This record gives sequence, structure tokens and C-alpha cells, in this order.
Amino acid sequence: MHMEMKTIIFYVLAALMIFAALRVITARNPVHAVLYLVLAFFNAGALWLTLQAEFLAIALVMVYVGAVMVLFLFVVMMLDIDVKRLRQGFWSHMPLAATLGVLMVGEMILVLSTDYFGTASFPDTAMPADYSNTKELGRLLFTDYAYPFELASIILLVAIIAAVVLTLRHRKDVKRLDPAQQIAVKHTDRLRVLKMPAEKEAE
Amino acid sequence: MIALHHYLVLSALLFAIGVIGIFLNRKNLIVLLMAIELMLLAVNMNFVAFSHYRNDLAGQLFVFFILTVAAAESGIGLAILVVLFRNLSTIDVDEIDSLKG
Repeated sequence: MHMEMKTIIFYVLAALMIFAALRVITARNPVHAVLYLVLAFFNAGALWLTLQAEFLAIALVMVYVGAVMVLFLFVVMMLDIDVKRLRQGFWSHMPLAATLGVLMVGEMILVLSTDYFGTASFPDTAMPADYSNTKELGRLLFTDYAYPFELASIILLVAIIAAVVLTLRHRKDVKRLDPAQQIAVKHTDRLRVLKMPAEKEAE
Repeated sequence: MIALHHYLVLSALLFAIGVIGIFLNRKNLIVLLMAIELMLLAVNMNFVAFSHYRNDLAGQLFVFFILTVAAAESGIGLAILVVLFRNLSTIDVDEIDSLKG
């Protein structure tokens, strides 16, 4: 009975995710596409929970839905897109695309159904109740994978700088201060100390 | 009973949908980026499934790094998109041909 429930949950989540993914690529309105992508990510997170990858499931929802998808939503709403023109000839490549997609999935099913790799025999091991996925991941991340972890932080830093530099622009009609000039200013530029006698000599 | 190949077929389906999305939305750059996100999600799903069934956490760590790189990629991609729209007032891929490729 326990196994039955897990199977039902898997199929419901999988069906919802496939539906959401199909709507992402066919939705007329880009805002709807972003919202369906959020749904797809949510279902993927739930599926990862059934695989006992709790940390990644929450990270997917927080990082992807909370940050990346909101960024997408911002950009989609900021740009004034002429959807009608972009949709011209939308279905013209469908035969080729469908053939390719069916081929890819068909090949995958063909390989997996023969059980050449013995994928069905891998045990679905349940972790003990006091097992912490986050703790184990953290332990690995700060010991064996400390160097890649720091590299990842550098990649993020480069991405931040690249995004800022790409979108930075100086408008001619707006007065602005130059921070470098502000920092480089010395007190002698602002204040001049005059040498003068405190009071006149008594006569 | 859900075994490893269920997850593998599911992510193959997801990946195929991403590829079809790239074919259908040749003109709309934003939906192209979203289709790439779908394909990355399919890859991550494979990694997590293998990690669970082989009882090896290295797969989940790999997903962690893929998420980092994918976030950087979509951030820079969207920045390029904004600059492109500012200069050309369109995101139609057919009209972005100044390199005459």
C-alpha cells in the first residue's frame, strides 16, 4: 500500500510536469510561459523530494523559482514584445521537431526497456530517519569539493559583474556624480587655510 | 514500484520537449532561453535519480554546480537580451543578423 501511494504520486507529478513543459513552449503569452515554467520547476522539486534529495529540492524552489524565474518575469514584463510577429510560422517546423523528439524519447525507451544496464535492479534504498541530506551534502562540499565550491562562487561573481557591465549605460541628459572623482578629492581642494595674523599689532 | 528507468524516461521526455521548444520558438529569444532551462532541468533530474538509486551523493553535488552555472548563464543571457532590445527594439532572432552569419 505504501509503494502504491508513491507510484501514484510519481505519475501525478510527472504528468503535471510534462503538461507544464508543453505549455511553456506553446504558450502564446510569454508571461504565461514563465508561469508554467515555475509550475514545471515546482513539480521537479517535488519529484526530487520523492528521491530524498531534500536540499536540492528546496534549493531548486528557492533559487530557480524565487530568483531566476522572477528575473525572467521582470524582463518579459519590461520588454514590449510584438507576440503576433514572433508567432509567424510557429508550427512550420513542427514535423521536423516532432520527428526529432519522438526519435530521442523512443531511443531512450528502447535502451531502457531491454534492461541492458540493469536499471530496474538498483535498490530503492530508504535512508534512516535521522539521516540528514543537507548535512551530508554540506560535509562533502566543505571537504572533498571545497575547491570546486570556491570556483562556483567565482563564476557567480563574474556573472554579477558581467550583468552589471552589460546593462550599464550613461544617459547624456541626466546629471550624475563620478564616484572615482568623489573619492579622490582632497581636503585642500575644498578648504584653503589662510595664514594671517590673529590681531593687529598694537601701536 | 518506481525504478530508475521511470525517472530516466521522464527526463528524456522533458529534454525532448525542450528541443522541440527550440525548434518551434525560433524567433522568440525569451522562450528559447526557457527551453534551455527545461533541458537543464531534465539533465539535473537524471543526476538526482542516479544519485538516489546508486546511493552516491556526488551526483547531487554535480546538480548543485549545474544550478550555479545555469543561474549565471540565465542572468547574463537576460542581460544581453535587455541590451539587444534597447538597441534594436526587437528580440526576433531573424532580425539579429548584423554579423551576416
